[in-house]
Amino acid sequence: MLEIKGVYKTFNRGTINEKRALSDLNLHLNEGDFVTVIGGNGAGKSTMLNVIAGVFPVDCGQIIIDGQDLTKLSEHKRAKHLGRVFQDPMTGTAADMQIVENLALASRRGKHRTLMPGVRSKEKNIYREMLQSLDLGLETRLTSKVGLLSGGQRQAITLLMATLKKPKLLLLDEHTAALDPKTAHKVLELTEEIVAKDKLTTIMITHNMKDAISIGNRLIMMNDGHIIYDVSGEEKKKLTTADLLEKFKTTSGGELDNDRMLLSND
Amino acid sequence: MCIAGGHFVRLLHFLEEKMNLLASFINIFNPAAFVASLPGAVAQGIIWGIMAVGVYITYRILDIADLTVDGSLGTGGAVLVLCVTSGMNIYLALLLAFIAGCLAGLATGIFHTCFGIPPILAGILTQLSLYSINLRILGGKANVALSVDRYDLLVTLRYIPKTILICSIFAVVIIAVLYWFFGTEVGHSLRATGSNRNMARANGINTNVNSIIALVLSNGLVALAGGLLSQYQGFADVNMGRGAIVIGLAAVIIGEVIFGKIFRNFALKLLAAVLGGVIYYIAITFVLRLGLNSNDLKLFTAIVVALFLGVPFWKSMAASRKIRKPDEKTTGGAENA
Ligand SMILES: Nc1ncnc2c1ncn2[C@@H]1O[C@H](COP(=O)(O)OP(=O)(O)O)[C@@H](O)[C@H]1O
Ligand SMILES: [Mg+2]
Repeated sequence: MLEIKGVYKTFNRGTINEKRALSDLNLHLNEGDFVTVIGGNGAGKSTMLNVIAGVFPVDCGQIIIDGQDLTKLSEHKRAKHLGRVFQDPMTGTAADMQIVENLALASRRGKHRTLMPGVRSKEKNIYREMLQSLDLGLETRLTSKVGLLSGGQRQAITLLMATLKKPKLLLLDEHTAALDPKTAHKVLELTEEIVAKDKLTTIMITHNMKDAISIGNRLIMMNDGHIIYDVSGEEKKKLTTADLLEKFKTTSGGELDNDRMLLSND
Repeated sequence: MCIAGGHFVRLLHFLEEKMNLLASFINIFNPAAFVASLPGAVAQGIIWGIMAVGVYITYRILDIADLTVDGSLGTGGAVLVLCVTSGMNIYLALLLAFIAGCLAGLATGIFHTCFGIPPILAGILTQLSLYSINLRILGGKANVALSVDRYDLLVTLRYIPKTILICSIFAVVIIAVLYWFFGTEVGHSLRATGSNRNMARANGINTNVNSIIALVLSNGLVALAGGLLSQYQGFADVNMGRGAIVIGLAAVIIGEVIFGKIFRNFALKLLAAVLGGVIYYIAITFVLRLGLNSNDLKLFTAIVVALFLGVPFWKSMAASRKIRKPDEKTTGGAENA
């Protein structure tokens, strides 16, 4: 369903800060794949999600979803197909707007926006039920400004927003990294629940190797702007964190340079 | 002894000078005259309050300070005078003034989104070009009169109560329409664009188009206020918009400071901007009555706005300092241990 073909991406071309973030990146996802992505700092994981979402143009290569070439499409047009949750809980929601208004905005992703009311009264009940299922006590705060909520609550709402209108592809960029362990666990559980319920095709970047192994049906490891290891099915289930570290050493010829990643290898 | 005496004499002179100044202020300030000039201040305040509602759209909703308004206010005034003096119906003339302002906003929007120019500079470019355009609209003259005796004007300083009534109706209708508009799907997407552009794009919102819509709407309202202002004062002038952004910001900020705690609803927030304009004009009338030279008015306004903008910043600085203190203590304690 997703096809990334020979994508290159260079930042600050022609300056001393020139950095090739993606280098001949190729990836093919099947319908319903739940892929976890690991790799050191600066491996190009976030850049991969950003080029899928169209945050910036690629140097060359193609991004195809369900046979449609999105490479030249602007970010807001691609949003129709994509749900996104970001590492920073502030990024995914509009702080100055109410919880319902944020949800209503997200439910209109990919639709033409009209001069009809921004939130209809019958929507509110649907959102209230959804918030109830989050079990964060938000169902009574429908008209609160999102800016008043905690990072975990905002991230849970962003996740709802990303999946409210079923996306073809869900992109999660270390979306639990900024949360405390308990909240992170909760948001991760919620993620698995939603993905399973809606059978969403998902790419999830994580720095936690245990999560990367236990969640999803496929795991890819990135280094230096491309995929160095791609494993799925039974083989993935049998992986251990030690295997991953070993794999990294042999394929990249170096240590996994990410301290954070080694630390979360518990 | 002798030197100390000299100092004393000089001090006396100094005090006498100050007392004289104070006395002259008190002489000049005539409460009755101040009260008599209040209705005019209210009328002008409402007109500038409508302008401030336009500023609110860019400054508060879109989160950019748009300097186009210094030009588009004059454009509105000039277009209205041109239309009315050539015999057009006053309402149609106001509509055309509004549309002219919309076009000015469109120019800034295109400079910003298609040319990649930062919004402040984009506004300055339009503002500068509007100076030439406004001169052309006025037929090359810096000032064109619009006599209430010869034309059927809606508002004029000759009939202030009627002016206050008509301008209030304009303000209420504009607030009602904006309240409806910002509650629609498009309106929500505009608010999201101002609040968080990344979030807006991730939800399929074209932030460039939205920035343009907000600039168009804002400058349309500013030009409409310019059309009312030129009727009120009985002329259009190429310089009538100079410093308009500062007056608009003053009205928005005064409105927020005074009514922010009680006015939560969006329509009331817009109303606060209009009332802010009225309060601003009453304050201006007051300081002028106190003897402030009217040439110093712009300096006075700029300082007031700078202070009002500074207050929230200083408050947040003070608040963050308070939070830091306990931390410093604990690290200090650890070092001692
Ligand atoms: N917007 C940007 N401008 C310049 N350089 C960038 C930008 N985004 C990412 N990079 C660089 O590209 C490389 C890959 O970054 P990223 O994809 O964020 O890595 P990861 O998410 O795997 O840690 C890094 O060297 C980073 O500094
Ligand atoms: Mg990253």
